[in-house]
Amino acid sequence: MPVQTADQTQLFSGHGTGTLRLVVFLAIAAALMASDARFGLLDSARRHGAELTRPVYWLAGAPKRLGQWLFAYAEDRSHLLAEQRALREQILLSEAKLARFDTLVAENESLRTLLDARQRVRLKAQLVEIIDIDLDPFRQRLLVNRGTSSGIAAGQAVLDGRGLIGQIIEANERSAMVILLTDPGHAVPVRVERTGLRSIAYGTGAADRLLLSHVPFSANLQPGDRLLSSGLGGRFPAGLPVAVITEVKGDRSATFAVADAKPVAAIEQVQQLLVLEEELSAISADSVESDPDFVGPPQGLAFPPEPIQ
Amino acid sequence: MSKTRVSGWSLILLVTAAVLLNLAPVPESLRALRPFWMALVVIYACLEWPDEFGLGSAFLLGLISDLVAGAVFGEHAFRLVVVAFIILRFRSRIRFFPMWQQTAAVFALLLNDRIVTWMLRTFTGEFAIDWRYWLAPITGALLWPWFFLLVSDLTQRRRSKDS
Repeated sequence: MPVQTADQTQLFSGHGTGTLRLVVFLAIAAALMASDARFGLLDSARRHGAELTRPVYWLAGAPKRLGQWLFAYAEDRSHLLAEQRALREQILLSEAKLARFDTLVAENESLRTLLDARQRVRLKAQLVEIIDIDLDPFRQRLLVNRGTSSGIAAGQAVLDGRGLIGQIIEANERSAMVILLTDPGHAVPVRVERTGLRSIAYGTGAADRLLLSHVPFSANLQPGDRLLSSGLGGRFPAGLPVAVITEVKGDRSATFAVADAKPVAAIEQVQQLLVLEEELSAISADSVESDPDFVGPPQGLAFPPEPIQ
Repeated sequence: MSKTRVSGWSLILLVTAAVLLNLAPVPESLRALRPFWMALVVIYACLEWPDEFGLGSAFLLGLISDLVAGAVFGEHAFRLVVVAFIILRFRSRIRFFPMWQQTAAVFALLLNDRIVTWMLRTFTGEFAIDWRYWLAPITGALLWPWFFLLVSDLTQRRRSKDS
């Protein structure tokens, strides 16, 4: 913060830099921040501003796009052919896998009707592209190129090919801001695939680390355990891969375990993302328990309910 | 053409460049090194055009930065007003510092800005810090002499051509 100096400097500067003006401006800035962050009063200003910033973003990303285009143009033919062959093989493999998957889905559905279970929500997703500009590297946010005009709304889940990435936090007309799982203000309700234990994965601010705190030691969490979204809280559909446990240790009181997990999604490498279109109606804890896929402790032994995010 | 109009145009160009440089994508490993370009512009403007540039202009540039960076409104405004205030207070000395001392002063300013940012984001509750957070002031200070010489050379040339 500014240091109050001896009077002689003021003699020389003498251009309306009085402390009063400073205090006034800082007070205005603080009031703006409070009304924006806490009460959301400036949302409409932000939405109008988004129209102005779009060409700026386009321009800022232009050199990189030009570079990529030139690079692609100069790439030689044999390289391209090799790449094409590799991609073809990959498509064939994926198609084979998909065919198997389709039969599984059909089988699953028929089993479900036999069991008279509720149909699971079908996922409808929309492909969006990341706008290639750098926001602050210490804020876990991304900007994508679709907005409310394409049906994107705040709260929708965002994933890449491997797993959950985050959710839409703010949608403008033609762009939207994504808050990543790893943001320190974000939490995902998860379920350990192996044991069925439910917990919450908190962001830490580091791009490759999530945190599970207050896990009972008896829950037998191990490095390598996969975490899926549990569907509790109704924000994220159940069963999406979220992270893999990397380390389990005791917390300071040694009564609970604390686990580190690495997100499955390649957050720093992706270019295209999927936004789930439907906002899911809240799934209550009962519907998860009565889910035939649900593996977990017997009702009587269940852990006390976690706070829902 | 008057001096005011020259500095006005130069300022617009500088601000545009700073906004673009702040956003241009760079490789992941270099992201934390990105200097706070807008602060360099504000420092330059406070040193060179103190008659036209004051706390109000710094505040306005801050709002522009907030909008473009998608940050909470007022965050950059707060930071840049602090930067402008300190520079304007010590302007008479910093202006006649030799370049290395000026660079050291800019480093101290940018470091102070990092601390202010840390404080603000702790209040708005969206922050986690790691050691790379403190690298940006170093690159900012290292760039300062080149930035200063380049910009003053360009604006001087404009002025001599105009007169």
